[in-house]
Amino acid sequence: MRRTNRKTNDVILQTTVQTVFFIIVIYSVHLFFSGHYTPGGGFIGGLMTSSAIVLLLLAFDVKTAASILPVNYLYVTAFGLLAAIGTGIGSLLYGMPFLKHWHGPVHIPFLGEIELATATLFDFGVYLVVVGVTMTIIQTIGETE
Amino acid sequence: MFEWVMGLSLVIVAISTLMYFYRLVKGPTVPDRIISLDAIGINLIGITAIFSIVMNTDAFLEVILLLGVLAFIGTVAFSKFLEKGEIIENDRDK
Repeated sequence: MRRTNRKTNDVILQTTVQTVFFIIVIYSVHLFFSGHYTPGGGFIGGLMTSSAIVLLLLAFDVKTAASILPVNYLYVTAFGLLAAIGTGIGSLLYGMPFLKHWHGPVHIPFLGEIELATATLFDFGVYLVVVGVTMTIIQTIGETE
Repeated sequence: MFEWVMGLSLVIVAISTLMYFYRLVKGPTVPDRIISLDAIGINLIGITAIFSIVMNTDAFLEVILLLGVLAFIGTVAFSKFLEKGEIIENDRDK
């Protein structure tokens, strides 16, 4: 970290955020994957991920957060919509109606038989759209130049 | 007996929240109000926990951690606004 003459010293806040950030991200991933059987899902998982990034923006600044996560959030939103539409179109390839979902056991090497559902891919699209839209709004408002 | 104890603790937490609400309305300075809002959030966590015990479900356990995270983020944002005047800086080295 560079040594500059800052006006205030945020060492407690920055150290706390460096720890808490990963806890919130892990919790949001847990919320995302637990949405099928327990409360949670793509929406609240995306909101928790974006609140972790907001905490990063609060403790540091826009430039540092952009160097930690070099992501254009408009592309994140677009890719999320693409994933949601792609799961809908994927069912058309099998002669099923649009957005017909499928689930069943899948054999994965090293992990064995796992019950997977294509609804998770749709939920992943929702997750990416929520993260992208929330971070776009907050970054656009936050950049006061 | 158990239900009675849970009801009593709910009443105690509710009274504590009302006292924090008094400090929220009456508080002479802005930091008083921020601290009381933070504590009301923590009291909400306690109320949610007691309610999930009373209703005998674990569907609200996500809400507890969620409220903790949101109370922390809100308090940090308010404090930064009071200290620096802006919440999200463009470049803190300037």
